[in-house]
Amino acid sequence: MPLLEARDVHGGYGGMNILNGVNMAIEADEIGVIVGPNGAGKSTMLKAVFGLLTVSQGEILLRGEPIHNLPPNKLVQKGMGFIPQEKNVFPSLSVKENLEMGAFLKPQNTRRMLKQVYDFFPPLYDKRHQPAGELSGGQRQMVAMGRALMAEPELLLLDEPTAGLSPLYMNEIFERVKEINAAGVGILMVEQNAKQALAIADKGFVLAAGQNRFTDTGAALLADPEVARSFLGG
Amino acid sequence: MSTQDKRREDLVDTPSRFPVREVVLFAALLVAILGVYAMMGTAYSTRMLVEAACYAILALGLTIQWGYAGQFNAGVMGFVALGGFCAMFFSVPVNDAFWGSELPGELGRVLLYGVAAVLVVIGATRLDRLGVPKRLRTLIAVVLAVVLYLVVISLMREVTGEIQSRAGFVGGLGLPAWTGWIVGGALAGAVGYFIGHICLGLRSDYLAIATLGIAEIIKAFLKNSDWLTRGTATVSPLPWPTPGPAELGFTLARALYLSITAVMIAVIFFLLHRAYHAPWGRMIRAIRDNETSAAAMGKDINRRRLEIFVLGCILMGIGGGALTTFNSLFDPQGYLPLNHTFLVLVMVILGGPGNNLGTIFGAVAVYIIWIMSEPLALFLMQLAVSIGEGAFGWDAPANMDSRALQARVFVIGLLITLVLRFAPKGLLPEKVKHHG
Amino acid sequence: MNELVFFINNVVIAGSVTGSIYAIGAVGVTLVFSIMRFAHFAHADMMTFGAFMVLLLTAAFPGVGAAVGLPTAIVMLPLAMVLTALLAVGIDKAFYKPLRAHGVKPIVMVIGSLGVTLMLQGLIRLFAGTSGQSLYIGERKEIFRLALPFEGVRAPIVITEPQIILFVLTFACVVGLHLFLNRSRLGKAMRAMSDNPDLARASGINTNTIVAVTWVIAGGLAAIAGTLLSLDVTFKPDLSFFLLLPIFAAAIVGGVGHPYGAIAGGFVVGFAETLAVFNWAVLLRPFRDSLPEWLAQAGNLAFVGTEYKIVVPFFILVAILVWRPTGLFKGKVI
Repeated sequence: MPLLEARDVHGGYGGMNILNGVNMAIEADEIGVIVGPNGAGKSTMLKAVFGLLTVSQGEILLRGEPIHNLPPNKLVQKGMGFIPQEKNVFPSLSVKENLEMGAFLKPQNTRRMLKQVYDFFPPLYDKRHQPAGELSGGQRQMVAMGRALMAEPELLLLDEPTAGLSPLYMNEIFERVKEINAAGVGILMVEQNAKQALAIADKGFVLAAGQNRFTDTGAALLADPEVARSFLGG
Repeated sequence: MSTQDKRREDLVDTPSRFPVREVVLFAALLVAILGVYAMMGTAYSTRMLVEAACYAILALGLTIQWGYAGQFNAGVMGFVALGGFCAMFFSVPVNDAFWGSELPGELGRVLLYGVAAVLVVIGATRLDRLGVPKRLRTLIAVVLAVVLYLVVISLMREVTGEIQSRAGFVGGLGLPAWTGWIVGGALAGAVGYFIGHICLGLRSDYLAIATLGIAEIIKAFLKNSDWLTRGTATVSPLPWPTPGPAELGFTLARALYLSITAVMIAVIFFLLHRAYHAPWGRMIRAIRDNETSAAAMGKDINRRRLEIFVLGCILMGIGGGALTTFNSLFDPQGYLPLNHTFLVLVMVILGGPGNNLGTIFGAVAVYIIWIMSEPLALFLMQLAVSIGEGAFGWDAPANMDSRALQARVFVIGLLITLVLRFAPKGLLPEKVKHHG
Repeated sequence: MNELVFFINNVVIAGSVTGSIYAIGAVGVTLVFSIMRFAHFAHADMMTFGAFMVLLLTAAFPGVGAAVGLPTAIVMLPLAMVLTALLAVGIDKAFYKPLRAHGVKPIVMVIGSLGVTLMLQGLIRLFAGTSGQSLYIGERKEIFRLALPFEGVRAPIVITEPQIILFVLTFACVVGLHLFLNRSRLGKAMRAMSDNPDLARASGINTNTIVAVTWVIAGGLAAIAGTLLSLDVTFKPDLSFFLLLPIFAAAIVGGVGHPYGAIAGGFVVGFAETLAVFNWAVLLRPFRDSLPEWLAQAGNLAFVGTEYKIVVPFFILVAILVWRPTGLFKGKVI
């Protein structure tokens, strides 16, 4: 049974459909990457998975259990973590407090998970008493990922984690995503840097106009000349 | 999301349908008015109608602020009081005890000092252009402002004390009442400009707080400036612009007054109708409905907002003048947030914010209920007391009248919350036409 | 020196008293604002409600205070806080929650809170009447006169028992609030929600719980502020709008959504009020002989008469909105 499965998902904002039938499936130890042109509904799909917009048709299953249209806090309880693209930290809370908020539903794990996250992102330990709003973009992304990991999710959703970061940090973030995945967390991520993202992806989903255009393994998509021509800039 | 869906329904609303709702509601209102005439007699009922008409002017002022532009004015009372003050000041006979003495000169001199002090302080704030460091300039300006303020205010206290002890108060100008209404409108507009200029670029909550504050300040000023308004001693009678009850009898005189207010409402209604459908009105609504896109289209949002806010305040000033003149009594303590702010608010949100016809309907209907609820509330209170005494041996509180008033306060509050929840667009909703 | 004592009594002590009351009130307003993003106009009447509950309880059990050694009103305060907190949560469930569920604009919430304030006002005055009543029922307000050990100083520094209680309670509130917001899980979640509501939801924080906690705290603080105000003078059921303006001014001066700012703002507004109504001519009296005659003759050098006290918070409000709308401590939202 796949960890996450989406079948023919339709949905959007205020009666306007942005998703017109998206299908995807990810196994428990896989990295899934959604790529596609602007306005294809990539982030919208991620939000639909996380219950932030109404799914009008189709279904989304987590380990075979339907989860579409559940509120986010229920999904966190079911083992899902979400990292939005913008505003992904609590700016006036300290780094440590940001991480603690990630474990809000499992306070008994806080201490153990804090240690794990600090081990995983050593720079955060040094800055743990600093307000997260004062950190650089890359460090903020670390705080955001750390916050999501605090809840020990089975599936982590990332919305363009490398947007606006310098290439140095970009590589670092991709490395971290791979490491998180190696630790047994399923990943579904939306990325603008399609080539790099597909390179680490087990599954790739190329969306256009709210529908799957290509669905295959990351390597196969990278090798496909048609995908390369239309979506990866030659 | 649900609000957006609703707006979409409105867009396809056909403007040419037969106005069933309007006809039914106004017919019901007419029946209610006739009922009041049958029960309470013509003189009483006509008085009620005149007051309702004055309230309709206030409500029109609020409906353009809240309904057209989404600005919430929580201080209608203050603008009403300003209008009332001007109506009093312009229409009351000239006080010879004041004008015959040297006091007007003294008062004028102090006021001139005040103007001079303001100019000096403004000058001091420009000192940095002469090379004075900015910090020092601010310090000089603040110290000067404080010292000059103290000097002028103590001179003022002297003169006003003198006026009070020797002449009672400054009296009026002996002009027709309508001049006072116009100046009252202008004054209310000026205060509205001041408040709007500060608050309209900020969160809408701030406007509510500031208007609430300015209303209490205006009231405090009018109540405590005995030399200008006789304060709690009140001024009466105020001359009417029409022949008074002494010449024509109550019913006829009031009917004449009613016709004046009716003409005023008709003129305001017509002008507002024109403005609403003119490009100006469309722009206002575009700003209300989608500020960001209106700004992107290059519309000067704050300027339009200020215009509409000031316009609303002017109407409140005029309506307040007409209301006070009709009551023939200027009593600063008689201006209450309940009667002059929240009652108007209920009229607007119940009638239909942004819909002029709905607002007038709301004003008349709510005012009739309001007037009729006073004896009803007293009756219910007495009933409760007699039951309480009989069943529990409860001691009836002495001041039943004021407690009955509190019951009405509660009902107004309940009405506001219920309308917001169950009929947020009022009984006659604004008909938004598609103007893409 | 007598003049200096007069100054201490009328400005330093009086200013701290009003400042404390405004501060506690403003914290409630600012917390509600930071979680629900609207100016809660019913706060002043929640204060009155809290004080009224204390009055009722004190009248019901007048002897309790003597047994503990505190004024009965203070002994009854915790119970009144619970009642006011329940009222606040109930009001939210009945009136604000349905509006929030409709996704209305913040300004509609403001109007809704005005409706609520009228209902509270009506109910309180229906049962309490409109005249002032003392919270000291069958007890005596303890007054302490501290004579100063200087020669020629006849006037003592005067401080009353409720004023001392007020300072202690204000201090306790500030410390308690600080610990709650920075140490407790719910307090941190509250700050998180005020920072970024969407992310708070995405972290699994239950919005409804935080809203309820906010109302409990706001209600409790309102009860404290209202009771302290009534203890210092008398219980007045009709203060509502006169309290709202200084409290909002304090919250805005401190930066809306910023609890410590609200405390500072409360003291700024409280001291500004007392300084503005203080008659400065008193301080000039010792130098009477060396002053020019026109200045020495001035009898009243107060900036505003006490009847115009409400002008002061308004002036502060206008000044802060013109020069620094985010407030002294950089509030979150303008």
